[in-house]
Amino acid sequence: MASQHGAPPVFNNRVVAWIDHRLPIFSYIEKEYHTFPTPKNFNYFWNFGAIATVMLVLMIVTGIVLAMNYQPNSELAFASVERIMRDVPSGWLMRYMHMTGASFFFAAVYIHIFRGLYYGSYKAPRELLWILGVVILLLMMATAFLGYVLPWGQMSFWGATVITNLFSAIPVVGDSVVTWLWGGFAVDNPTLNRFFALHYLLPFIIVAVVALHVVALHVHGSNNPLGIDPKGPQDTVPFHPYYTMKDGFGLTIFLIIYAGFVFFAPNWLGEPVNYVQANPLVTPNEIVPEWYLLPFYAILRSIPDKLGGVIAMFGSIAILFVLPWLDTSRVRSCTFRPIYKWFVFVLVIDVLVLGYCGAHPPEGGFVIASRLATIYYFFHFLVLLPILGKIERPLPLPPSIADAVLKKKAV
Amino acid sequence: MASSGSISAGAHGDPTRRDFLFVASGAMAAVGAIATAWPFINNLNPAADTLALSSVEVNVKPIAVGQAITVKWRGKPVFIRHRTPEEIKEAEDVKLSELPDPETDNARVTDTAKKVRPEWLIVVGVCTHLGCVPLGTKPGDPRGEYGGWFCPCHGSQYDTSGRIRKGPAPKNLAVPDYLFSSDSLVKIG
Ligand code: HEM
Ligand code: FES
Repeated sequence: MASQHGAPPVFNNRVVAWIDHRLPIFSYIEKEYHTFPTPKNFNYFWNFGAIATVMLVLMIVTGIVLAMNYQPNSELAFASVERIMRDVPSGWLMRYMHMTGASFFFAAVYIHIFRGLYYGSYKAPRELLWILGVVILLLMMATAFLGYVLPWGQMSFWGATVITNLFSAIPVVGDSVVTWLWGGFAVDNPTLNRFFALHYLLPFIIVAVVALHVVALHVHGSNNPLGIDPKGPQDTVPFHPYYTMKDGFGLTIFLIIYAGFVFFAPNWLGEPVNYVQANPLVTPNEIVPEWYLLPFYAILRSIPDKLGGVIAMFGSIAILFVLPWLDTSRVRSCTFRPIYKWFVFVLVIDVLVLGYCGAHPPEGGFVIASRLATIYYFFHFLVLLPILGKIERPLPLPPSIADAVLKKKAV
Repeated sequence: MASSGSISAGAHGDPTRRDFLFVASGAMAAVGAIATAWPFINNLNPAADTLALSSVEVNVKPIAVGQAITVKWRGKPVFIRHRTPEEIKEAEDVKLSELPDPETDNARVTDTAKKVRPEWLIVVGVCTHLGCVPLGTKPGDPRGEYGGWFCPCHGSQYDTSGRIRKGPAPKNLAVPDYLFSSDSLVKIG
């Protein structure tokens, strides 16, 4: 097989050529993952898309084998997970990979989103690509929430109760909606059953949206740390072997850290009370979601009104859908935005503060801190971003990627 | 043969028979789609056996004055409290204007046969905020400032009639339908 930049590939293997003539999958792989011209100046932030994809596959594979021993029945679920842990060969590993995998999947995706924020990857012509990403985030949150209910521990049960009850805030039909979600009058066996069916389904929908995300990506190609478009072959390198290697290297480091958690601290990120079987008559002292949902939980609780809290929580994610239109600056990368650059970091700190508040009972200082942080979160998107784009004076952009890269080398 | 222009619009842009057929069949298709969607949506509602579990009978004789118990009804806790005369008086004396969700104590201790039994308070033990089980039924539990129940999740406080007094919960603890078939036997649901 040989191919040059742009020229259609020629396959020497006759079977491959025969198939490709009828179903051009090999041409597709060749074009999109081999010769695909990619900006030559990626940094390691550009690893996390590939890492997230690998984590998604890993979640599906571990999930399917867990499902072969898991019992989605409120009488049996808790014991079936304990059986997976103790009796099923390698069951403990499958479960710890799945449990810790969810955390690492979110970590990768959050870093991936930060990359998009800092380097302005959501700006034209990548608005739809970004929006598909936000859809993936929402689907992941739903999937993780549903999955967390399955082991039927105390936190599973009460987390499900509190989150489904959010819908009772909907005026008029709220209570009927909640009964409909539960399939009963409380979180119970019918709820667990349907949550399992949906937890099995949603990851495959995520796969489909990821496919669209990648198709959209390959229309205009990747953004890069300079945020300027490649102007010709001097600005790009073929995806393979350059970025397959770089992604492979980053992925290996990521997986080593992940394996460290799986083998040495699998429960470090979890809640011990979820190893107590669900009891509908006793609420645990404190209900906290998994770490990756804490900032949103803090926003929910910071608003003293039930409906208002729910709206603010969903709004905090929904606002990301319109981010491409809230940011009025024409410069993509924060490298050339001397003021906004700092506010991206302030936003990150703000979200960390929210996460910290979400992990603590809403009393005293935590209430005030989470209210201020919530206000700042919305202020960032709704006020700061539109205004800053107008008043900030960006640094001069380099004429081309090659130019900037070579100059850096020369210094 | 008429030109396509004269088929899709009348002489003066008036709707034609074809426009009518388009709209009519489109509307039918939409009705059909909704009618087909409904059984799928309805399928998620509680099933007949879940609904059938919806009553429980409790012998309240062993509950001493001042004591409360929790029973399970439709998968949720129900609190049955044998109130002391002081608790009853406290509940009755509150001015309705002081309540976020105004309701008289009397209305909350009436069974489905309209018989009032102020000594028995029967409420669903689910906080109307986000569904935690409030504390206050077991001896030694905190009962909050109003002597009823205290929700540990986000700090809602209920009085001796199970009415919300303070905190984020918007409504009083729900009173289920119940009927005393004798002085010691009550059927909930
Ligand atoms: C987007 C991908 C996925 C995410 C983020 C995710 C997340 C989770 C989480 C957070 C848990 C709770 C772990 C625990 O605390 O025990 C869980 C459990 C579970 N998941 Fe997934 N999951 C994903 C994909 C899948 C798939 C495709 C299946 C296939 C059926 C699956 C099957 C299960 C099963 C059977 C459990 C219960 C056993 C257990 O708790 O370990 N998951 N999932
Ligand atoms: S659930 Fe009771 S106060 Fe929030």
